Amino acid sequence: MREITIPIDDEVIRSLHVGDSVALTGIMVTARDAAHKWMVETFIKKTRPPQGEDEQVYEALKKLLNGGVIYHCGPVVSKDENGEYHFLAAGPTTSIREEPYQADVMKHFNVKGVIGKGGMGAKTLQGCRETPGVYFHAVGGAATFLAQTVEKVHGVYKLEFGVPEALWVIEVKEFPAVVTMDAHGQSQHAIVDAASRQVLEELLNKPY
Amino acid sequence: MERAMRDLTNEIIELIRRTSTRLPADVEERLRAAIEKEAPGSAARNALETILKNIELSRQKSTPICQDTGTPIFYVHYPEGWSTRALREQIRNAMAEATKRSYMRPNAVDAIYDRNTGNNLGGDDFPYIHFEEVDADQPLVIELMLKGGGCENVGRQYSLPDNELGADRDLAGVRKVVLDAVQKAQGQGCAPGILGVAIGGDRSSSYLKSKEVLFEKIGVRNPDPELAKLEERLTEEANQLGIGPMGFGGQTTVLDTKIVGLSRLPASYFVTVSYMCWAYRRRKMIVRGDQVEYE
Repeated sequence: MREITIPIDDEVIRSLHVGDSVALTGIMVTARDAAHKWMVETFIKKTRPPQGEDEQVYEALKKLLNGGVIYHCGPVVSKDENGEYHFLAAGPTTSIREEPYQADVMKHFNVKGVIGKGGMGAKTLQGCRETPGVYFHAVGGAATFLAQTVEKVHGVYKLEFGVPEALWVIEVKEFPAVVTMDAHGQSQHAIVDAASRQVLEELLNKPY
Repeated sequence: MERAMRDLTNEIIELIRRTSTRLPADVEERLRAAIEKEAPGSAARNALETILKNIELSRQKSTPICQDTGTPIFYVHYPEGWSTRALREQIRNAMAEATKRSYMRPNAVDAIYDRNTGNNLGGDDFPYIHFEEVDADQPLVIELMLKGGGCENVGRQYSLPDNELGADRDLAGVRKVVLDAVQKAQGQGCAPGILGVAIGGDRSSSYLKSKEVLFEKIGVRNPDPELAKLEERLTEEANQLGIGPMGFGGQTTVLDTKIVGLSRLPASYFVTVSYMCWAYRRRKMIVRGDQVEYE
């Protein structure tokens, strides 16, 4: 298990390889479907004009994401009597839905790590090379367990997207994950996909 | 008629809490048994160990096993004379309260206006409630399944014959498309998964029944010996694909397969695969007079 502190520099990113177990400590931002679409349309492709507090949120995100980590997560959150938020359940969501956006977001904000589950495709793998960055795989469904690593919820942006889709700024300690896509063009997901496709071919050719 | 007026809202909140925070014993047992099949130190084995720790922690802390508390699917078997309108209202009130108590994540998003309702109440279809009348002397049984979006997204429906897969309109063809669905799902449905397979029906009934069959416990086989054999064969062959827990690669991709056969039109031969993630959350409550039991 390798300890990694956020923000992460390029040297550390390049030293990571598929299969490495890591424990992440520092501040990360949750972002999933609505957030990725919004970031790309508003700030990268600029097909939609900024509205409301978008510009202020953008300035904050630029700082948080530079060398930072995005977590594909839609948490279960409680609010205590002092108005403070707590993460009760916070496992990863399926990452492939962000495939159209992820590489652009990584490059635009200099995002060093993306945490999710299920892996991502060729475009993101190329984004990992260019940024450079890595994809960290967390255990899907292990929501209570992973929420234990969230020490503090610093704040939330775009809560109007709904609790699961908002951008939550969280401080984690020793968040466990495995590198499954690295900055050297390797993807565990591509390997497993190809190997399983070959087994499938063999099984399809077997008589019933 | 008087008992039909009984308010079960609190008992239904408890059903939701248990379903979201406690994995059924039969699922946990299968996951535990799967650990030994994975190589020590492998990512697959570590994932299963984390899954089991998470199951234990969620039970202790009474927090959701998975943050995606899914589509709530209720099957209500109500004795003749009970009001389904009253039961629906109680279920909806219980759902809103369970969401307030963080047993559920607010999960109902208006697809047109892109707004989360914040309380898990959407239109009539969210939560999904199916009513089935039973004899007046039978207990009221409410079953609940929570099916997460990640696994829902990897479900598939095939219209046979499927030329690309060489799948004809027979059980040999069914086998081929089900294995294809598992390969295409990779780890994205939170493997190891459980397969609900419906053969026949129309597009909608086939999907519905492929989920309904998941209310059965792991290891319950179809009474038709040939389908029972196919269920076991599919589980075994799916595991040969080597996708493994979370898609990391490994021995355990599917924990069980359940098949249900339906009527079809002469023109149609649908095979529908519903993929259930390892967080296979299903519970039931049984109401006999004043007694409420949970399973």
